[in-house]
Amino acid sequence: METVTITMKNPPALYLEADNVSPDKFAGKTGSQIAELHVYEGNTTSTLGKYFEVSGNAGATAADTKIVVKGDVKKVKYLGMKMSDGELVVEGSTDLYAGAWMTGGKLTVTGNVEAFAATGMKGGELTIEGNAGNYLGAAYRGDWRGMSGGRILVKGNAGSDVGMYMLGGEIVINGNVDVHVMTHAEGGKVTIKGNAKSKLGGQLVDGTIIVFGTIDVMMPGFKPVGTVELEVDGAKAKFAHYIGDTGERKKKRKGQIIYGNLYKKI
Amino acid sequence: MAEYIIKNGHVFDPVQGIKGDKADVAIKDGKIVKDNEVSSKAKAIDAKGKTVMAGAIEIHAHIAGPKVNVGRIYRPEDKLFTYTPKKGNIRMAGGFSIPTTFKTGYEYAKMGYTTAMEAAMPPLFSRHVHEEIRDTPIIDEGAFPVFGNNWFVMEYLKNNEIENTAAYCAWLLRATKGYAIKLVNPGGTEAWAWGLNCLSVNDPVPYFDITPAEIIKGLIEANEYLGLPHSIHIHPNNLGNPGNFTTTLDTLKLAGGYKAKNKFGRDQVMHLTHTQFHSYGGENWGNFESKSKEIMDYVNKSKNITIDTGNVTLDETTTMTADGPFEHHLTELNHLKWANVDVELETAAGVVPYIYSPDIKVCAIQWAIGLELALMAKDPMRCFITTDHPNAGPFTRYPRVIKWLMSAKAREAQIKAFKNSDKVIAATHIAGMDREISLYELAQMTRAGPAKSLGLSGMCGGLKPGMDADVVVYDFSPDKPVANPDQIEAAFSRAAHVFKSGVEVVTNGEVVNNGNKRTIWVNAKVKENPQVMRDIQEKFLKYYSVSQANYESLGHHFVPNPYAIEVDATQ
Repeated sequence: METVTITMKNPPALYLEADNVSPDKFAGKTGSQIAELHVYEGNTTSTLGKYFEVSGNAGATAADTKIVVKGDVKKVKYLGMKMSDGELVVEGSTDLYAGAWMTGGKLTVTGNVEAFAATGMKGGELTIEGNAGNYLGAAYRGDWRGMSGGRILVKGNAGSDVGMYMLGGEIVINGNVDVHVMTHAEGGKVTIKGNAKSKLGGQLVDGTIIVFGTIDVMMPGFKPVGTVELEVDGAKAKFAHYIGDTGERKKKRKGQIIYGNLYKKI
Repeated sequence: MAEYIIKNGHVFDPVQGIKGDKADVAIKDGKIVKDNEVSSKAKAIDAKGKTVMAGAIEIHAHIAGPKVNVGRIYRPEDKLFTYTPKKGNIRMAGGFSIPTTFKTGYEYAKMGYTTAMEAAMPPLFSRHVHEEIRDTPIIDEGAFPVFGNNWFVMEYLKNNEIENTAAYCAWLLRATKGYAIKLVNPGGTEAWAWGLNCLSVNDPVPYFDITPAEIIKGLIEANEYLGLPHSIHIHPNNLGNPGNFTTTLDTLKLAGGYKAKNKFGRDQVMHLTHTQFHSYGGENWGNFESKSKEIMDYVNKSKNITIDTGNVTLDETTTMTADGPFEHHLTELNHLKWANVDVELETAAGVVPYIYSPDIKVCAIQWAIGLELALMAKDPMRCFITTDHPNAGPFTRYPRVIKWLMSAKAREAQIKAFKNSDKVIAATHIAGMDREISLYELAQMTRAGPAKSLGLSGMCGGLKPGMDADVVVYDFSPDKPVANPDQIEAAFSRAAHVFKSGVEVVTNGEVVNNGNKRTIWVNAKVKENPQVMRDIQEKFLKYYSVSQANYESLGHHFVPNPYAIEVDATQ
């Protein structure tokens, strides 16, 4: 695997749209060709090389390409957008849409990400070592197709609207989450190791929410149906089981109504 | 103005009966002229080995106004990754199924379309419609105000007052700068305000005590009383439901016995739109099947009817119609977001996104039905190609529809690609059809035919000297066999040259000029009718949320470059 390192040297005055920073876009290119890829700053189109120092060459394919992003990229959007393979490591924190619509590969952010990370994600692995912003693994504005595959791990906390319109895949948050979890979701699983606030599973059609800590306010559309023992990450524990959202339309499978599930550790 | 002579192209012009012969087309002062009437300074365009036609005419699309804008506002995902930046005098443009006004103008022009009709203008919001038409560059446009659920119309027709209905229609066309009398689910949309619908032509409209059949016949009579350029333009009852072909036949039969009365060369008294959505058999989605044959048998023998197809393009799109109850029905089926609007005394509208997936049997059957209608048409001058943009697919897919119509091989490939291919073949006629639409028939279905139906045949849709110089050159050779049907789609997607009223607006598939766009409307004069004027005044005082003075679309702001077609019904 070849490694390309891009280091922020000339920070933008406005926010930078860098959707070309992905193993797919870099694949088969030399360092100087990569520096020529376009970025947008406001309504101006310029090149990656204007802001970043590029060292190393990419591999022949996305799978053979690793990208390391260094320096202050807090004002850079769309890192790893639509990546399908290979590896991208962001050393630090980044702005909106990190890993949006990614279909494969591994994206690691050692700091925090802003809102809409992994929007419409279909596959691959996203690891956020710091905190995630709002709308993690959600659908794009207006869309009804949120995260449908892959895995997201947040080592810190996450903001509001995690997994909105989620269809599949898995999100694990080691810390706490803000309001609205899996709103409108029709599949997938969100595990919250810390505490949750309110509006978990509002209009949930199908899918699973697991909470280890506290829930401030339960949705009235969720109905307690008993306790179960679950194994999560190799550890067994007892959970109170709720089904819902009973106010939302429900699918049927083999004559049985399918509910979404919410488990809260006892 | 610049002079042009388009040399040695293969010309297809149904107006003059030219079927691909090599001929020159000369342009001077915005009009087509005889070859010898241009000076030696005329710029020569070499069209050797290329196809030359008049500018195409869109007879039915939803491209301007509040319902289109609701789609734009509530579907940001439709715009995602579609924007192209400003370049010279070409504005930033984007959107797929509900493009910006600018993109609408550019995309029509690039395909060789020079005139388009907005198919459903809510009269109360005509100002919004005209602001969007004004901001749609290049193409000439008109808009059809909706009448089929209008309180005035229902009250007059209940008492069979044709003269009053006609006077009201004339007033509304003038107030809204409208082009024709449009009906959408007559009576059914008003019933929707009561939570009901009219699924047959005989279902009574609540409160008004009138049936869709009475509304339709009454408006045909009012239309012919006025002698408008276009006939009534109808989206009949019971759209989109299995088994609805009987309602469609019942609707078509209402035109029986009526004869067109106008000075525009129009022969039909009814235009039935997006016929694909109205040609369904079966009792449910399980045994859903094509009834295109039953519909076309009736259309083929009825010379006083024209139709357009409403071809499904197998895309993700946005449905939008003044058929409010239908959109509610649709959101219950696909669970996607629903917008619904009531328009006071006049109409309503709904919007729902829709995905026509080639993996879903019903969508594939709908695809087949749309093509069957065109392939079964015996008179291409009475059957026009539309996608009911954006309802069955975006208008930007016309080149793909043309490919399917012109190539049995392309249809075969698509049928094979369907997930439920065998079931689709069993429920349709498409697999056995080997007809391929010729370029001449295409010119009839997209140029001369819609022009005649709209009463514009003196102005556009042909290449006869004296007509507007709307001319298209396609990089498509009628002489050479088509090795790959995708060549058809590519050629019709990006015209080599497009002239709008004598101005070259597109060169090599790129927009080069914003042209001189006009708004076409119909100014119908009727005898003074104090009763109707008093009724209008009273309704504004009693019911409307705006005053009469704030209702009309007037002046330069709304209609900066009008082209009024005068109709005199005072005699």
